[in-house]
Amino acid sequence: MDVGIRIDGLRKVYTSPPPAAPMARGGPMGGQRLFKRPEKKKIEIVALDGMSLEVQPGEIFGLLGPNGAGKSTTVGILTTRVKPTAGAAWIGGHEVWRERVAVKRMIGVVPQKPNLDFALTAREILTYHAAYFGIPPAERLGRAADLLDRFKLGDRADQMVHGFSGGMMQRLSIARALMHAPQVLFLDEPSTGLDPQTRLLLWELIRDFNRDGHTVLLTTHNMEEADALCDRLAIVDHGRVIATGTPQDLKRSVPGGFVVRLAFDRVTDGLRAALAAIPGVTELQTPPDGGVDLYADQGGTLIPHIVSAAAAAGATIHDIHISEPSLENLFLHHTGRRLRE
Amino acid sequence: MNLAAFIAMLGRDGRVARRNFLPLLLQNLVQPMLFVFIFGRVMTTSGMMPEAYKSLLLPGIIAMSMLLSGLQAVAFPMIADFQFTREIEDRLLAPMAIEWVAIEKVVAGAIQALIAGGVVIPTAILILGSGVQISFAQPVELVALALLVATLAAAIGLTLGCSLGQQQIGIMFSLIIGPMIFFGCTYYPLSALASFPILQTLVLLNPFVYASEGFRSALVPQFPHLSGPAVFAGLIGFNALFLFVGLQQFRKKAIG
Repeated sequence: MDVGIRIDGLRKVYTSPPPAAPMARGGPMGGQRLFKRPEKKKIEIVALDGMSLEVQPGEIFGLLGPNGAGKSTTVGILTTRVKPTAGAAWIGGHEVWRERVAVKRMIGVVPQKPNLDFALTAREILTYHAAYFGIPPAERLGRAADLLDRFKLGDRADQMVHGFSGGMMQRLSIARALMHAPQVLFLDEPSTGLDPQTRLLLWELIRDFNRDGHTVLLTTHNMEEADALCDRLAIVDHGRVIATGTPQDLKRSVPGGFVVRLAFDRVTDGLRAALAAIPGVTELQTPPDGGVDLYADQGGTLIPHIVSAAAAAGATIHDIHISEPSLENLFLHHTGRRLRE
Repeated sequence: MNLAAFIAMLGRDGRVARRNFLPLLLQNLVQPMLFVFIFGRVMTTSGMMPEAYKSLLLPGIIAMSMLLSGLQAVAFPMIADFQFTREIEDRLLAPMAIEWVAIEKVVAGAIQALIAGGVVIPTAILILGSGVQISFAQPVELVALALLVATLAAAIGLTLGCSLGQQQIGIMFSLIIGPMIFFGCTYYPLSALASFPILQTLVLLNPFVYASEGFRSALVPQFPHLSGPAVFAGLIGFNALFLFVGLQQFRKKAIG
């Protein structure tokens, strides 16, 4: 039976820094809100703020968003590792937090940071994992050998994993997640830190798993990955879903498709009006950093018009950046921020 | 509970322990054996300590070795797992309630403590030389004691391992384990504190006391020791306390 995922109004508030990915990556808690209650001096970090979405059985679904958007927390809740503050999630017919053991049988999890058992060899990591799921000895040895082969780890199978490269560890993590033949696979930022060749291999492995009708949910802040791999996407920011759809639909939803980011020494109303009147410009936004974003159906051909509009308004152009239709622009359109900001 | 998963995890811990058998043994036993040699052999042979001290010291050394090895077998991997390697996540995702992962760790730690005890007894007797007067006349009591001390060691390890971070390991030894050993009636019987009545009462809050005095009552009953019922009540009570607190702390660490 194919299994889907449903998330309804999930909310997660951490009262201490979350143990998972965001802090470990060394970056700021970008996008997360900090409420400080002076009377209690208690930190509250709202990681999820009413997240709802539905993943159809057999889909490759991507959660796309910047660091701190709530992607890892969502995966944490769906994989029983994080307790939601409010709301609920279902995998198949099982409510995740209430029926944790049943859910754990159905899911395979590939974490953002490798958490392989360093005291074991690659083969043992796979066979012990299968043993936890009650798979009989002969069968687990067969499956392990098969997966080690498919994931090109056969020649290192009986070595301890601490000498493995990042790519090898990531492949072994996926192999481990597949050992008990799960119906849903979760991958948190699967291609972070991988070389392009390994990334392609990884995508192939994910597609193979999906071809058998299994559901995949992955998180990424890589537009290319979301575009290449996902049937549908949810764009996530500040712990909420801000748009969902196929990559094509989402890209089409950006007015015009092209984005021309402009920076001026000063932006006047007259300048804005002149820019908005340029033929081909469908929408004008003023992002918080002070420039102007033009959404248009063309790119470079607008530049002469922009230059004359600026000259007429007495403004000096500091920077022009043209981007073609992409998910990156879509994110920018919805949030006013670039993904990697 | 999922017996297959539980046994597989015990198998995993057994495999890892076998792989590190020698370093583990040295880590746990070198220090107690040095104590046995200096205090039990050198000091008694030189006449600075009476010969009877050998028999008094041995039960304390058994208790300390078991407690330290069981405690470290659980606490160290827990601290590393939750703070850096996150290795334990794979087991937390196994199809059973996560509390059983902690209980499995306690059982594995207790087995290591029992093995440590089994190695210490003959080694220490060998080092002490002639003049050790211990009796194995109460085998049932001895086995029951050994089991309770072993699980206590692992339960304390669970509590510390889920409450402390890597930076606090040094503090754990100097402020927690050190005092527990020295105020644990390891090197002297409880009756030796008779001239310090307040201290004699206070040390009863130390679980190590029940382990050392327990082995004294089972192995060298000729010396004064805490009564059998008091020993068992203390061990069972502290087992329950540390298991309860350890599981609470484990849940806090394991669930985000």
